[in-house]
Amino acid sequence: MTIQTLSATALSRRTMLRSGAAAGGGLLLGLYTPYAEALPVNADSALPGDAPFAPDAFIRIDRAGKVTLVMPQVEMGQGVYTSLSMIIAEELDAAFEMVAVEAAPPSDALYANPVFGIQATGNSNSIRAFWTKLRQAGAAARAVLVEAAARQWNVDAASCTANAGVVIHAPTGRKLAYGALADAAAKLPLPQNPPLKDPKNFKLIGRPLKRLDTPDKVNGTALYGIDMMPPGVKFATLAACPVFGGKVAHVDDRAAKAVPGVRQVVVLDDFVAVVGDHFWAAKTGLEALAITWNEGPNTHVDSALIWKDIAAASEQEGAVAKSLGDAKKALTDGDLFEAHYEMPFLSHAPMEPINCTVQVRPDGCDVWVGTQVCARAQAIAAKITGLSLDKVRVHNQLLGGGFGRRLDIDGIEQAVRLAQKVDGPVKLVRTREEDIQHDFYRPVYYDRLSATLKDGRIHGWKHRITGSSIMARWFPLGFQHGVDGDGVDSAIDEPYDIPNMRVEFRQHEPPAVPTGFWRGVGPNNNVFAIESFIDELAKKAGTDPVDFRLAMLAKKTPRLAAALKLAAAKAGWSDPLPPRTGRGVAVQVAFASFIATIAEVEVDENGEVRLRRMTSAVDTGIAVNPDTIVAQLQGGLIFGLTAALYGEITIDRGRVQQSNFNDYRMLRIDQTPPIDIHLIKSGEPPGGIGETGTTAAPPALRNAIYAATGIPLRRMPVDRDVLAGRKQP
Amino acid sequence: MTQLRINGAVHDVDAPPDMPLLWVLRDLIGLTGTKFGCGIAQCGACTVHIDGKAVRSCQLPVGAVGSRAVTTIEAVGQTVAGARVQKAWLDLEVVQCGYCQSGQIMSAAALLATTPHPDDSDIDAAMAGNICRCGTYVRIRAAIKKAGAEQV
Repeated sequence: MTIQTLSATALSRRTMLRSGAAAGGGLLLGLYTPYAEALPVNADSALPGDAPFAPDAFIRIDRAGKVTLVMPQVEMGQGVYTSLSMIIAEELDAAFEMVAVEAAPPSDALYANPVFGIQATGNSNSIRAFWTKLRQAGAAARAVLVEAAARQWNVDAASCTANAGVVIHAPTGRKLAYGALADAAAKLPLPQNPPLKDPKNFKLIGRPLKRLDTPDKVNGTALYGIDMMPPGVKFATLAACPVFGGKVAHVDDRAAKAVPGVRQVVVLDDFVAVVGDHFWAAKTGLEALAITWNEGPNTHVDSALIWKDIAAASEQEGAVAKSLGDAKKALTDGDLFEAHYEMPFLSHAPMEPINCTVQVRPDGCDVWVGTQVCARAQAIAAKITGLSLDKVRVHNQLLGGGFGRRLDIDGIEQAVRLAQKVDGPVKLVRTREEDIQHDFYRPVYYDRLSATLKDGRIHGWKHRITGSSIMARWFPLGFQHGVDGDGVDSAIDEPYDIPNMRVEFRQHEPPAVPTGFWRGVGPNNNVFAIESFIDELAKKAGTDPVDFRLAMLAKKTPRLAAALKLAAAKAGWSDPLPPRTGRGVAVQVAFASFIATIAEVEVDENGEVRLRRMTSAVDTGIAVNPDTIVAQLQGGLIFGLTAALYGEITIDRGRVQQSNFNDYRMLRIDQTPPIDIHLIKSGEPPGGIGETGTTAAPPALRNAIYAATGIPLRRMPVDRDVLAGRKQP
Repeated sequence: MTQLRINGAVHDVDAPPDMPLLWVLRDLIGLTGTKFGCGIAQCGACTVHIDGKAVRSCQLPVGAVGSRAVTTIEAVGQTVAGARVQKAWLDLEVVQCGYCQSGQIMSAAALLATTPHPDDSDIDAAMAGNICRCGTYVRIRAAIKKAGAEQV
């Protein structure tokens, strides 16, 4: 086990020292105590303690040779604790068994994601963003360790090598371990541009090494935000107004206060929280409250209004995101075909509901949480409490699912405001209902596509994307001149060779409903619309959907063409199928990965869709950990299939109608088909994989249904009434 | 006071009898390996064993447990089936975020304890109550079969 973890009971602060190598894991030495009040917080170094060699924000080597890597990105299942460690350890030439990881503290200065400029995990870019930076850090550290040994031996550094945490002088056979060199290396200046390894010499990268976090996750010892138990912690849950934008009008808390175990009822203007000795008391107390809400201005908002509204908005011209050739003219030349596609609100529903534990003191604040934006968490706590940043500690934990939900800090904000009213630490945990009904939803999108076919090929193309700009709220730099950079992702960087293209983004915020990044982000919506439309064009052209795509990919995007050919071969694309069964294909370039996916489904007379098989072929550049890539794609496809088959958040009287997994349905193991993933070996820079599967599944599924039934679905989720012929698409 | 037998140890807890075992385990005793996902027995994250049988602890009032043996994820590795499941889970790298996996492992261990060589329909029936949002189902199925195959 290589994660430093702390397991504490509610009664005592007990730290567990875990040592010993687990299979493929590592030695865990040392202490991580998230509850230690006396821990000094040093803005310049990530970790206190006796790690004499700390050349940068990421690497710590102590005298025993333990290598602690401070992770700038969070682990939410996508395996980055392991992949990023492999990258550093590769160039560092560390022994992977000696590696332990720690979450980074909040610091944009030290841990900003190079793509975003802020400390944030998302957009499937952890490896892409940190590839060079971490390699350089590892290489520079290795260089000074070698130099330290060379000086000690009085030899030329060029005559030394390093391997598995040991510097070797081959001519004399002398060796020194990194631990023995730590002090001396710490005194040496780091090289500015250390040479990086030739990928053909990689020893770790490219191997399916066992993950560092998984051993603790199979025995109940891995800790998530929801597991935090600082001494004296109280437990709370809350209710905000079920109508978006509503406020608390009046609270009768007499019955709540009589519930055994309830300590406190906290009424704020926008939510009511009950604090108790355990979550059950808090929840029971919450249910015993009589809350009168001021429902506010949004009670008239419902799904019918939202769709009518966005459809109308989509008729207006958007900001031009891409213009190639003369689309306007080309759309009058050839056989014109038009369609529009609709995508619903989606909730994230990570398995770990939103929660945050906070203690506010006059002289400081501790926040324990699993967040994708650690520095933003610190900043909001500082803002609310009025404390300076250096007085606010954020102890980032493993995330029980992120999916973009934990890019937002609303749960943290609520917990800090609550903690200001509570003595001692308080752990605020949402019920699942509260979680689903107070999300930042994947927005509704309305995509209008038109194209002309000439001689069986696409001649003119226009794509207008209408929907929310999440960037405008979350990262305003990403919304320029009316174009949301994420909103047009995979729509403007089209892999197809289309000579005349126009892509527009029409920002339209839905009434009342907050929107946020949902796994797959912009590419989800665009690839669904585009790949569905491409299939309909292929049918118009009388061409096989794979051949239709290959003709437009072969020259322009050969990596994607190769993936498509492989997927088609592995899926048995041309093999005969029984009636009501079909295969559908979807291809995309998204997150710098090239992926082709083929779904095989059966649709019965009642419109029920049975998944038979999924096949994906992906070129994701250099694969840091190929096993993780396979796992991420299988998981991402399932996430996308869930959305395509069941996912829809509907609004009535300004409220979300869904509440829990009984009415916000999830795909389960008995519906999951075999999923075969084929990786294409590549020397190109690494692409992203965390969201790729999610984006690939819905259009592949939709096209498979199209092949099986002839029915062109134009919206998600799949409508059984349409497939059963009871309703028009 | 309620007396409970958990992972071979006796615990005296001061809990109202309608309090779900899940919250007794997590908040009173500090065994946080068993997770909260939905509260309505729809997701399986809270799965424990009661006398070896998989039960959703979010819907089991502590007053109904009685003297029966409660086993949680923290101790299931001490059982034959539990150890096999944990090993198979690591061999095949089933786990992604891991939050659902305590429940998955508990359900799988209970299955293997009674059905040493489960087929696909056995797995479907035993595991369909456990949601994994990360989508690790393909490997869960393979790991259960591997754990079954490794039994003599």
